[in-house]
Amino acid sequence: MADVSLHGVDKSFGATEILRDINLSVDDGEFVVFVGPSGCGKSTLLRIIAGLETVSGGEIRIDSRRVNELPPADRKIAMVFQSYALYPHMNVYKNMAFGLKFAKTNKAEADRRVRQAAEILKLTPLLDRKPRELSGGQRQRVAIGRAIVRNPSVFLFDEPLSNLDAALRVNTRLEIAKLHRDLGATMIYVTHDQVEAMTLASKIVVLNQGRIEQVGAPLELYRSPRNLFVAGFIGSPRMNFIKGQVLRAEGSSVTIGFAGTEATLDVRPGSVKSGDHVTVGIRPEHMEAGGAGSTSLRGTIDAVEQLGESSYVYMRLASGDDVIVRAPGETEASPGGDYTAHVPTRALHVFDAAGLSVLPERS
Amino acid sequence: MTIRPGRIAVHFALILYTILALGPIFLILINAFKTRRAIFADPLGLPNGQTWTTIGFDRVFANSDFGLYFFNSLTVTLVSLVLIVLIGAMAAWALTEYRFRGNTLLSLYLAIGIMVPIRLGSVSILRMMVELNLVNTLTALILVYVAQGLPLAILILGEFIQQIPKDLRDAARCDGVSEYRIFFSIILPLISPAIATVAVFTMVPVWNDLWFPLILAPGDGKQTITLGVQQFIGQYVTDWNAVLASLTLAIAPVLVLYLLFSRYLVRGLTAGAVK
Repeated sequence: MADVSLHGVDKSFGATEILRDINLSVDDGEFVVFVGPSGCGKSTLLRIIAGLETVSGGEIRIDSRRVNELPPADRKIAMVFQSYALYPHMNVYKNMAFGLKFAKTNKAEADRRVRQAAEILKLTPLLDRKPRELSGGQRQRVAIGRAIVRNPSVFLFDEPLSNLDAALRVNTRLEIAKLHRDLGATMIYVTHDQVEAMTLASKIVVLNQGRIEQVGAPLELYRSPRNLFVAGFIGSPRMNFIKGQVLRAEGSSVTIGFAGTEATLDVRPGSVKSGDHVTVGIRPEHMEAGGAGSTSLRGTIDAVEQLGESSYVYMRLASGDDVIVRAPGETEASPGGDYTAHVPTRALHVFDAAGLSVLPERS
Repeated sequence: MTIRPGRIAVHFALILYTILALGPIFLILINAFKTRRAIFADPLGLPNGQTWTTIGFDRVFANSDFGLYFFNSLTVTLVSLVLIVLIGAMAAWALTEYRFRGNTLLSLYLAIGIMVPIRLGSVSILRMMVELNLVNTLTALILVYVAQGLPLAILILGEFIQQIPKDLRDAARCDGVSEYRIFFSIILPLISPAIATVAVFTMVPVWNDLWFPLILAPGDGKQTITLGVQQFIGQYVTDWNAVLASLTLAIAPVLVLYLLFSRYLVRGLTAGAVK
């Protein structure tokens, strides 16, 4: 088992900067998820840890040992690829045993490990099959099995679920979570799907344009996003953003006017002053249907989506902002009608002109 | 199933081409078993009770070292083939997988080899072989054929290697497989259809070549089959029975090898590797 740390890692391809000054530490046994939109550099970062890409600057340490110059095989890592990358001309058994041949593992031990991994992943009846005779989910399990038999200190997953259909994805997600509990190994997982990130991670790293936007536990990111990007990326449906202005500021207490209503809340002292333009953020699930309370948003309904356990109401405010409200259960609201949603002040997020949250650190 | 006119036209063209291609081979085969008189009287007729004879074959085996010629041709072809495929695949792997200084230049240089016929250099090649003391050896032929076959082999194999998903090589590297091992255990098996293609394309011209055996190894004991056949073709008298018989014998191994390789020509092995 091992910890992983990155110190000032830079990566550029020619003149294009992919990653800039990445500093990160992953504790032993942690499940860390790199999440971000496509092209944010998350896969490159994983490949750098694996040793498949070199860095332009900085240092990578695995188990407190500098590994910049080590080839992948000597880093005690195992990687699961998005495309599975099974050797097409070898059967399942050989696919899993292939790497062991070169790790100087004796035959009996290799056989024991392969059979054990096959047992864990329910692959025993498929050991003689070729990859082309397997379904997507089975191929994915073989790829994971190939990683397990190497008995690595760190597991690296590169979007392992994106080629699976929705039902299988949920299943495999649970299996990976169980695997992490059983093996207790350090795992680093890359995905663009924030649901996977929220459900699997003990720590999420949000990346955007080659920079780390925020690192934290899933709920920490959900509750206190540090900036507009993280606020918009974590949570589904997306957080509503409404332009607003600071009306009054007295110490840490400010009153913000937005979309024809106002709210008074605490911010970090001195972070905004009267007259500043800000962005107010409110999650769809934190708004309450009906007009009770001092802060509420009124508008006309554009569309309604009924999901049974909840409904999404898409409304347009008089100020021109579009807002989504999640109402529990079924709703009688229908397109064209008026709708009012109460906004609890404690659920508001406020971001300054630079997009940074001005709320005090929440515990 | 409906048959569209387009399909008929395509098949018609293909059948026509097949007849054109197989016609001469068929003529050689039937006339090899006919008497000299019958060959000239009715070149297109099948051998029958009166015209059937194997005198051509008897004469080939009696008057020439056919076994030796055959062995020489086989040696030259097979050794060239193995070298072209092995060196070609390794070079193709290096040129597509590794980025190094001069990579593009080297690829271009090899592409020139496809465009310029090697026979233009016959004089220099002969001079070089004389200086190397390789005239009248099979080694001389093998060297020339390897040089002749490599550029196309590298081009075709390079294209195929590029199609192998990059993740496979990365997975192998994570597995701790050495670069040589990746080449021999993963890349080679996966490009076997391409290797079959290259083998067929290189084998046929080498087996059929008359030019280089004639100038580089015409000496006794080193003749190849195409050269051996020549002794039955004289300025004034040509022993057609023997010529046709030895040609028949020469066609056989190429056909066998072709049938062997053609099974792999179309087969795609990468199915199931990814996705």
